[in-house]
Amino acid sequence: MTTPVQTQCEVISNKRVGAYYHITLSADKISERAKPGNFIAISVGDEKSSMLLRRSFAIYQASGRGPFGGTIEIIVSANGPGTRWLVNRTAHEKIDVVGPLGNSFGIPKEPVRALLIGGGYGSAALFSLGDALRQRNCRVEMIVGAATADKIFAPVEGKRSVHSLSIFTEDGSMGTQGRVTDPIESLLDHTDIIYACGPMGMLQAISKIAAKRGIPCQSAVEESMACGIGICMTCVLPVIGDDGQTRMVRSCTEGPIFEGSKVRWDAIGTVPSGTYGGPK
Amino acid sequence: MSINQIDQSAKFGSVTFPFPIFTASGCAANGKELSQFFKLSDIGAVVTKSVMNNPRSGRATPRMAETASGMLNAIGLQGPGIDSFLENDLPWLYEQGARTIVSIAGESVEEFAALARKVRQAPGVSAIEVNISCPNVENRGLVFACDPVSARNVIEAVKRSIGNTLPIIAKLSPDVTDISIIAREVHAAGADAVAMINTLLGMVIDTKKMRPLLANKTGGLSGPAIRPVAVRAIYQVHAALPQLPILGMGGVMSGEDAFELILAGASGVSVGTASFNDPSAAPRIQQELAALIEQRGFNSVAEAVGYAHRD
Ligand SMILES: Cc1cc2nc3c(=O)[nH]c(=O)nc-3n(C[C@H](O)[C@H](O)[C@H](O)COP(=O)(O)OP(=O)(O)OC[C@H]3O[C@@H](n4cnc5c(N)ncnc54)[C@H](O)[C@@H]3O)c2cc1C
Ligand SMILES: Cc1cc2nc3c(=O)[nH]c(=O)nc-3n(C[C@H](O)[C@H](O)[C@H](O)COP(=O)(O)O)c2cc1C
Ligand code: FES
Repeated sequence: MTTPVQTQCEVISNKRVGAYYHITLSADKISERAKPGNFIAISVGDEKSSMLLRRSFAIYQASGRGPFGGTIEIIVSANGPGTRWLVNRTAHEKIDVVGPLGNSFGIPKEPVRALLIGGGYGSAALFSLGDALRQRNCRVEMIVGAATADKIFAPVEGKRSVHSLSIFTEDGSMGTQGRVTDPIESLLDHTDIIYACGPMGMLQAISKIAAKRGIPCQSAVEESMACGIGICMTCVLPVIGDDGQTRMVRSCTEGPIFEGSKVRWDAIGTVPSGTYGGPK
Repeated sequence: MSINQIDQSAKFGSVTFPFPIFTASGCAANGKELSQFFKLSDIGAVVTKSVMNNPRSGRATPRMAETASGMLNAIGLQGPGIDSFLENDLPWLYEQGARTIVSIAGESVEEFAALARKVRQAPGVSAIEVNISCPNVENRGLVFACDPVSARNVIEAVKRSIGNTLPIIAKLSPDVTDISIIAREVHAAGADAVAMINTLLGMVIDTKKMRPLLANKTGGLSGPAIRPVAVRAIYQVHAALPQLPILGMGGVMSGEDAFELILAGASGVSVGTASFNDPSAAPRIQQELAALIEQRGFNSVAEAVGYAHRD
């Protein structure tokens, strides 16, 4: 884990893309440190805000140098009051950001064949990963899926980060009608590693298929977080350790990326029996 | 800077801390994460997450819900257990030069006593905070802090275990009819100070799912929403027992908030939920407080303690 910093970031731009907002922030110290898979935690509302808890967002792009110095880009879906406040920020406003947080995607040393799967805004975290994998001469295939076309995040410039990109929507309004899980079985014959980011149900389904085939599947989870930095213990989920023991682990510090076969997906929302320190 | 001219020290029993701002138990883990944002020795003390005898998984998720100017939590005292804590976390805090107050939690009087014995033998502990806001398994799960007799029994047992080796700070729950009665009992049982307030029991119902939002159904309310309750409780206990030092907490987000608790009667102030919003909250609040105390014409933090009680 890299050491996070807390900084006031200026909003450089905020553009609507489909159902989402693409927000660019000036963030020298964070962009310098960020790795694919890291996230940031943003304080929402003004000084007297009644919303105490930071909101977490995956880093879409981190650029070390540009006309505005180092920048961080995020893709935001306005779900509730905190994200609605955020998407209403305009250029030159300052927001308080902590990051980079969490672990990052593991990148193999060998040139492997990687399959990247993003659900909804989850695809945002995968483009910089695609770049990193391509630099290692990996073959990078990406599948992006969502309910409807406006919830597909797959920008034109993102196509440079991957060798192939296919799109699935549940209503068929863009790409192929269906879910991202539909084509996976056939793709796995020529896949060495999967990277997935999206809703928990999607991660669970992909992890299950990958585990059956013995293919590693790095899954970026999204748990409700109060602090994002590891001090509150709200963001836990049951994960099997190297010693075979299930523990309630913090997704903000030990995650958000976990090997899919190690996450006890069915038991999320419970403390499964046999958990370290669990009820007898 | 003139900020350094006032005496910021805070005295709890036999121990004097150089600064009046502490972390709050359960809102700073065991210091490592916050040390990325500030030097732990720059604040009065780190109060560690309440630790029990055995490792604890804690409760199922969802464990938290944000509420207006606050949050509910039901963590269930997740932690490594006292042995691992003393072997790994405490020595690390000592190396950082942090002053450490170890918070202990038990399900029985005997568990508290055993924990206190282990803590007493460990080097690098400034004081022990006894979190009695836990269910007593030997008394139908009734929370120790809500029953004067149980509260007294725990503190007496801890006192027997450690004598006068470390100051004992009893952490009180506001969910009682008269908090000064509990304060009087724990003081009589040997507590050198009280910490207050712990969270208030609350509930949020998810109106889409139409069920309680937390897996545990109920959770503890913290944050600025509870500050007036903290101020009232501290004021009452200071009025009843003016000699008993109080470690105040409850919704402190700024130096001014901390000052309010001090005026009510707190000798020092713990910062809890604010650290989730701002990881550097504790040192920031400490600076703001020092500036404000000086501005109001006090020469020391101690002079301002309970100042709101004057005629
Ligand atoms: C590691 C991580 C990465 C994320 N990346 C993105 C991203 O790139 N783009 C994006 O749009 N969203 C992302 N999210 C989800 C985003 O954090 C939530 O949508 C947001 O916190 C909701 O806040 P709100 O005030 O709008 O909603 P409310 O529902 O009012 O939020 C209430 C509380 O619940 C928490 N909460 C609610 N929904 C979620 C959720 N899905 N995940 C975590 N906490 C939640 C909030 O933090 C807040 O404390 C990510 C979450 C995590 C944990
Ligand atoms: C997530 C969380 C965990 C907590 N864990 C503990 C704990 O382990 N022991 C304890 O004595 N108090 C615990 N508390 C209570 C705080 O120490 C403090 O008394 C309370 O939150 C009020 O202060 P605040 O409003 O500044 O947070 C916890 C509070 C929160 C929010
Ligand atoms: S969000 Fe606080 S510990 Fe993970």
